[in-house]
Amino acid sequence: MTALLEVTELKKHFPIRGGFFGGTTGHVYAVDGISFHIERGETLALVGESGCGKSTVGKAILRLFDITAGQVVLDGKRIDDMTAATLRPLRRRVQVVFQDPFSSLNPRMRVRDILAEPIRNFGLARDARDLEERVAKLMDTVRLPRDAVNRWPHEFSGGQRQRIGIARALAAEPDLIVCDEAVSALDVSVKAQIVNLLQDLQQELGLALLFISHDLAIVEHMTHRVAVMYLGKIVEVAPKRSLFAAPKHPYTEALLSAVPVPMPGAQRERIILRGDVPSPINPPKGCRFHTRCPYVFDRCRTEEPKLAAPRTAMAPGHVAACHLHDRPDSENPLAVAKGEAVIPV
Amino acid sequence: MASATVVAPAALTSRDVAAAPPMPDVLPPVKPRRGFLGFLRRNPTIVAGAGLLLVMLAIAIFAPLLFTTDPTALAPARRTREPSAMYWFGTDMLGRDVYSRVLYGTRVSLLVGFSVALLSSVIGLTIGLISGFVRWADSIIMRIMDGMMSIPPILLAIALMALTRGSVQNVIIAITIAEIPRVSRLVRGVVLSLREQPYVDAAVAAGTRTPVIIWRHILPNTLAPITVQATYICASAMIVEAILSFIGAGTPPIIPSWGNIMAEGRALWQVKPYIVFFPAIFLSITVLAVNLLGDGLRDALDPRMAKRL
Amino acid sequence: MALLEVDNLQTHFRTPDGVNRAVDGVSFSVNAGETLAIVGESGCGKSVTAMSILRLIPEPPGKIAGAIRFEGRNLLELSDREMRGIRGNEISMIFQEPMTSLNPVLTVGRQIGETLRLHQGLNAKEAEEKAVEMLTLVGIPEPARRVREYPHQLSGGMRQRVMIAIALACNPKLLIADEPTTALDVTIQAQILELMRDLKHRVGAAIVLITHDLGVVAEVAERVVVMYAGRKVEEAAVGPLFRTPRHPYTQGLLGSMPKLGSSLHGEETRLAEIPGLVPSLKQKIPGCVFASRCPHSTELCIQVAPALEEKAPGHVAACHYAMKEGALAA
Repeated sequence: MTALLEVTELKKHFPIRGGFFGGTTGHVYAVDGISFHIERGETLALVGESGCGKSTVGKAILRLFDITAGQVVLDGKRIDDMTAATLRPLRRRVQVVFQDPFSSLNPRMRVRDILAEPIRNFGLARDARDLEERVAKLMDTVRLPRDAVNRWPHEFSGGQRQRIGIARALAAEPDLIVCDEAVSALDVSVKAQIVNLLQDLQQELGLALLFISHDLAIVEHMTHRVAVMYLGKIVEVAPKRSLFAAPKHPYTEALLSAVPVPMPGAQRERIILRGDVPSPINPPKGCRFHTRCPYVFDRCRTEEPKLAAPRTAMAPGHVAACHLHDRPDSENPLAVAKGEAVIPV
Repeated sequence: MASATVVAPAALTSRDVAAAPPMPDVLPPVKPRRGFLGFLRRNPTIVAGAGLLLVMLAIAIFAPLLFTTDPTALAPARRTREPSAMYWFGTDMLGRDVYSRVLYGTRVSLLVGFSVALLSSVIGLTIGLISGFVRWADSIIMRIMDGMMSIPPILLAIALMALTRGSVQNVIIAITIAEIPRVSRLVRGVVLSLREQPYVDAAVAAGTRTPVIIWRHILPNTLAPITVQATYICASAMIVEAILSFIGAGTPPIIPSWGNIMAEGRALWQVKPYIVFFPAIFLSITVLAVNLLGDGLRDALDPRMAKRL
Repeated sequence: MALLEVDNLQTHFRTPDGVNRAVDGVSFSVNAGETLAIVGESGCGKSVTAMSILRLIPEPPGKIAGAIRFEGRNLLELSDREMRGIRGNEISMIFQEPMTSLNPVLTVGRQIGETLRLHQGLNAKEAEEKAVEMLTLVGIPEPARRVREYPHQLSGGMRQRVMIAIALACNPKLLIADEPTTALDVTIQAQILELMRDLKHRVGAAIVLITHDLGVVAEVAERVVVMYAGRKVEEAAVGPLFRTPRHPYTQGLLGSMPKLGSSLHGEETRLAEIPGLVPSLKQKIPGCVFASRCPHSTELCIQVAPALEEKAPGHVAACHYAMKEGALAA
């Protein structure tokens, strides 16, 4: 059986327009050749810092714009080159939940109309009564009172709005939901409510999730597999446990060690990266991480590493793009499982 | 571990309850005012602007009932009378009653102001929406708008009036054309920023067609900024109309308008200032009313103004 | 004597639909050289507390009551002129968004120099020398070149370093940092947190750190005040607060955070939720502010606001049912 979603060598370059005549003066290499897949019912996390291209990947899968190169295959059908009309019925299968609970709901639509829109568009309801019934059931599903459908978005709190956003995504009966930083803007206690809701829904409905986030603790809690992005490239993909216990890319290791944990005085090995992320307009040659990597050596500056399974990986399906793994284990600081060292326990 | 530090409620019965001291009120209590009256109370500028404008509107509609005479009736024997119990605002060079002329002039001013505001908003909205959604049309439309905006609206209106004969209808058309670029630019900017809103992306993902997206998700959210802009255009159109009439390029002399009343009184300004003074006061008050309304609406409709903390 | 004593601070705002009791009776103190964190979720009043200390609350619609004693002087009784002499000089502040808190049309050097010339009467040359020195202190490479640059030429992390340099330029005794790392990426946040820890040893200023991130609190704070709905509900040294939180809200907060490394030990648990919503601050709440969401609440909690009681040495909590150390559990 094929994977639900198969992305191959996806590229999205945004032209930079400038000059009097609005000509193209350069490109932002937002996503620069990434491949991954998502199985049915699986949660794949896409993690990385701002500007790494993770949200662009989400929008590319939703076909909110045309991609520059590569393929996006949904359930065996290639969707990246479909016309808008052929694509429309297929849109039902991939839905989205955004970060900002305020700008993700049209302020001039009542909750009922927000939820009815996808149901009507995809012709899911038999008649007006069925539509009303479906809207009411969606409210139940996201644990909101049924009579709240007559209210306006501004009458709800951030967490409740995020529930409405989730209900709208569910209204289309999708197979895959792209959660673009879906819980990042919420307060801790509300975040827990929404995380639990998403997990319950995934179990009940067998949904696949592409969970785009910068919050590693939530990612570890939520997902099955994790893909780490840096400057438009995927640098590591692994089953969750394997990634957190034994990261095989120096960037992943540094990310894990940088997350503040609520344990005062905890002992941990800290890798503080120097400098800033280079600009995606002019990404470094060779490995894109070499300008900040604590283990950089000559080869990294010239040759770009490919994703490959390191000998020392803990689990199958763990791949990383790093030249260190071609070296003997004694010269590879990531040969051993570093998770326990960088995450305090 | 964590919950072990909270005693089960039953264990408390025997011990004294430590109550926190009550906190005083730092500010006098505010009685929340809801509904329409509350809205008016919170927005006194709107009340002032709309109130004045309503008075002007009433004057325009009920001008024949407000003790006026025929504003065009000539009476050479009673030329240039001072304001008196008989002629409240005096009479002009041809003996016409200035009070009646000013009151009837309200009609022209308001008609031009409202029509221009409405027409230029509707046309500007259409152009702005096209320009915000059709990428290839955008650069062409916007270059044309830039070109039009490089000519001051008054000069453009004068030039357009020169091509046709003076009538209220033509004045409205000329001023509308001159005002369209401003609205189009505003709408285009709003449309471009609304298109980036996550709820629009979500609607696309939910299979909504582009015309429906424009109608349901874009249009309703452009109305607030357009309404505000329309009030400013209304005010500016009234002034432009008065200027056009003043220089004789606007309303024909047969129809009294504040601009041509002032134009006719211009020659006698030094000796009979009241002929210019009264229409000028009416124009100022009306423009002030519309601008007040616009400012009030802007503050009330702009979500960034943190009205409620 | 403590460096800063906030005594029964109340900051209320007049709004069209009632008086918002944003901060309602908060007391705490900061000792010289100490790092105190004020932690809580959005709307708990932590930022308003910080702004009140510097009297940056517009009055009206706001109103500050209580006492804020800095080195024994009540800041609320000072004239505006005296207050200006304190802001940026003896007490300075770092904001969350480094881009909007820097002036885009002035060079970095000018902005650091400005406070020095204003408060310490340095001339232009001395100010620039000091600016270079400050940039070196906050770990900006090539400081002599960077002083002549404008904020937009710097990255987010660099800008936050510049903000810290400006804040520290006059050797303040107290630094108020309002969500200083919230807008930053995790690797940049790690750099800034390391810088703050390092600077604390070298500069010796007391820090009031306002944040919602318990992880950041655990990494830099010595003492913690937990706020909820405009009130202080718990205060303790950082260790005891995280090990044995006494207030149900603090317990709920810690329980609802996913723990990094949870998958390493196979403890895949559901997150604890705090049900319900924060109450509106526009009505007076007679009882405990957390009662409506608390799993332990009783009729007593709804009717009587609990006083802050010392539950263990140096550990206070406002809860009728939080156990005192040494008391027998039922």
